[in-house]
Amino acid sequence: MGSELLAMKHITKSFPGVKALDGVSFDLNQGEIHALVGENGAGKSTLIKILAGVYPHPQYGGQIILDGSERRFANVRDAENAGIAIIFQELSLVKELSVAENIFLGREPRRLGVINWSALYSRAEKLLQDLHLSIDSRAPVQNLGIGQQQLVEIAKALSQEARILVLDEPTAALTEAEVETLFEILRKLRERGVAMIYISHKLDEVFQISNRITVLRDGQSIGTEPTSSLDEARVISKMVGREVDQIFPEAKHPHGEAVFEARNITVEDPTVPGKLLVDSVSFFARKGEVLGIAGLMGSGRSELLMAIFGAHPARKSAEISIEGKQIQIANPYDAIKHGIGFVTEDRKRYGLILDQTILKNMTLAGLRRLSGRFFTDEDAEAAAGERAARDLRIKAPSVYTETGTLSGGNQQKVVLAKWLLTNPRVLFLDEPTRGIDVGAKQEIYHEINRLAAEGLAIVLVSSELPEVLGLSDRVIVLHEGRVTGEFKREEATPEAVMSCATGRRLAA
Amino acid sequence: MNQPISGRLKLRTSALRAYTMLAALIVIWLFFQWATIDQYHPFGLFLGPVNFSKLLQQMAVTGVLAVGMLMVIVSGNIDLSIGAVVGLAGGIAALTQGWGLVPCLAFAILVGLVIGAFQGALVAYFNIPAFIVTLGGLESWRGVILKLTKGATIPVELPFFRSLGRDFIDPRIGFVLAALGVAGIVWTNIRRRRARQRHGLTPLTAGAIVARIAIPSLVLIAFIFLMNKAGGVPIPVIFLLAVALAGAFLTANTTFGRYLYAIGGNPDAARLSGINLKRYVLAAFCVMGALAGLASILHTARVGSASPDAGTLMELDAIASCVIGGTSLMGGRGTVFGAVLGALILASLDNGMSLLNVENWAQYVVKGGVLVAAVGFDMFGRRKT
Repeated sequence: MGSELLAMKHITKSFPGVKALDGVSFDLNQGEIHALVGENGAGKSTLIKILAGVYPHPQYGGQIILDGSERRFANVRDAENAGIAIIFQELSLVKELSVAENIFLGREPRRLGVINWSALYSRAEKLLQDLHLSIDSRAPVQNLGIGQQQLVEIAKALSQEARILVLDEPTAALTEAEVETLFEILRKLRERGVAMIYISHKLDEVFQISNRITVLRDGQSIGTEPTSSLDEARVISKMVGREVDQIFPEAKHPHGEAVFEARNITVEDPTVPGKLLVDSVSFFARKGEVLGIAGLMGSGRSELLMAIFGAHPARKSAEISIEGKQIQIANPYDAIKHGIGFVTEDRKRYGLILDQTILKNMTLAGLRRLSGRFFTDEDAEAAAGERAARDLRIKAPSVYTETGTLSGGNQQKVVLAKWLLTNPRVLFLDEPTRGIDVGAKQEIYHEINRLAAEGLAIVLVSSELPEVLGLSDRVIVLHEGRVTGEFKREEATPEAVMSCATGRRLAA
Repeated sequence: MNQPISGRLKLRTSALRAYTMLAALIVIWLFFQWATIDQYHPFGLFLGPVNFSKLLQQMAVTGVLAVGMLMVIVSGNIDLSIGAVVGLAGGIAALTQGWGLVPCLAFAILVGLVIGAFQGALVAYFNIPAFIVTLGGLESWRGVILKLTKGATIPVELPFFRSLGRDFIDPRIGFVLAALGVAGIVWTNIRRRRARQRHGLTPLTAGAIVARIAIPSLVLIAFIFLMNKAGGVPIPVIFLLAVALAGAFLTANTTFGRYLYAIGGNPDAARLSGINLKRYVLAAFCVMGALAGLASILHTARVGSASPDAGTLMELDAIASCVIGGTSLMGGRGTVFGAVLGALILASLDNGMSLLNVENWAQYVVKGGVLVAAVGFDMFGRRKT
């Protein structure tokens, strides 16, 4: 291992209401692969964005020291020029352009202001050969598989003389064979002295490839150790190592019979034919019960719920019954009709019409029930909407306020109200507290418990493990689209759930 | 700090925008009124009964089209073909006059409806962008007109057909309509008040109710008086009012309308809320098509003949009306009231500048400038909030 190339010292970063990073230090040596692990929301992405210049200098606290001198990147271009290249989960290639054009995008070799195509292609081919990649430099990127696209990204980074390569979940979309190819190349690069930061949820891969591991938790560094002195169990305990917070109200729900059952839910990846995002998952939920679905990003949690709800384009199979009766759900309309409510993730994208008033958002899904089949009754809606707004303690000047002007927590409550006003028997909650402040979180937790106590069956998906463990009566764990574990409330320890979530199948 | 909300009816941002536009219209009117003062018209010519009646007749066709266009745009789409549809439907109405008045008029509306359904289906079920489908329609339907009419202009022979575009309703009927209108305004307000009580909502203050009854009633009565001084309300204007009222009701008081705004505002959220996007987009295009058919009747009747190039550029006037009236081309925002107001602003500029003998080229420049300025003003206002 070489000398120290990069040191990030006491990095601090706050967002309104949240301290995302609290004095994190991180260093990187030449010719090293340094893994960065932690739960979703632990601060990994924020740390990387600071390194990449996404959050420029005075927006964070602490120092970035590169080659022994402090650097303050004003923007992404600045960081790139310093030799830092980030390969994000969502690839940033232009699909219509060729491999070579992508590699040199914006830096095409020119002669008299005109692109020198022969130089472009010959340089690209040399670069690909260096990496021992058998990719045609003239092929349009859209003809390549995701794995090859990832390698093109790496080639692009190297063409910019990147000395520090950051890989954010690089294997999320890859097949096993592609992962092997990737690792071979990463090892070769390491030999050439390239330093890499490797972010992944898949601990087996982390142990295969990394020299050192740093664990982040709640915006703090829990320590950096050589990979050889760690094992998966220890890393997991460092990742989760906190007590389940006191904020979860103790609730014991008397459970009734199973009201909802889903069998053989299978979903294909719409972009990668043959790859299954959800692989014959079955589960049920009882009246008055909170069923937690745990799993890391990319484990297929949201796809599972979307597929049941009739809203996933690549659903392959699904058998759904409510109160013992088999039903057909072809689209969200059917799902709502049969009493399924779905508080979707990403409220701005899937949940709300930000231009419209709180009232119109709240009554949208249950409009026919609340208002009328063809003619709407604004006053009947207002009466129902105001009651819901009071019950959920939505803070706004009136129900006629535009939802776009509300805080995240209040927006989330509007989405929740929308689904409660459909009068559901089963309520799906996908990341119901993502990006909202602690006070609003707690109010939503109370609401979840109240609804369960009233006899609603609740299916809760969350990437925050304490949330799943604190609220659920029962937990199932997904990993790469399959159920890898099921726990009763008493048995669901963070360690046990996390090891299922990272792919260590629980012994039957 | 956990103050729960209380739902009073407050002035909403969309209403604020409508008042701004109304103010702009009044400024334009006052300007033209002042500019047309001469020795024969010591108080100005522009707002006099005869000219104002003419102005409204000029805007009727654009106004009807704007109402349909509004629904299409609100759903996040656009219809560029309606000028050609007006030409085609008008041509077919003129060609089929021999079958009698009712069949030929029904035929015009049916042609519009079928074309709207066809284009709407291509947009909704075959996922072809509306811009492309209707741009294709703009070319194709114009071609069909040339084939059917062999390039000739067909005069309107049926007297009643012609009168639809040119005549006035009897002033006495005008007063009856005004009385009915006032009764309707009073009745809806009383009903609304009872409904709010029944649902336990804060009742409106007496002052607010009086204002909600008095202002529209006075405007209506003044309008009828003014029109009756020029021979009565023009028949096309009656059609426009009916279409605007129906359109306003459809967009504001039906699930159909609510879903259109949801689809344009956030299609993903709309779909996940159980809305069948395809069905409602198709329906919006059908309404637009049928209204284009109606507009073709009014236009053909007013001109007195159907020419192969009738309706050219009308789609752009309709779009401009919507946009000036605060409609967002991204979908999800806009009102029928605004769209009709936009049409009225455009017609007022046209009429006023003609009265002042503004040269043709300058009229185009002014209208284009107003369109861009209206949107720019809107954007400026939105950024501040």
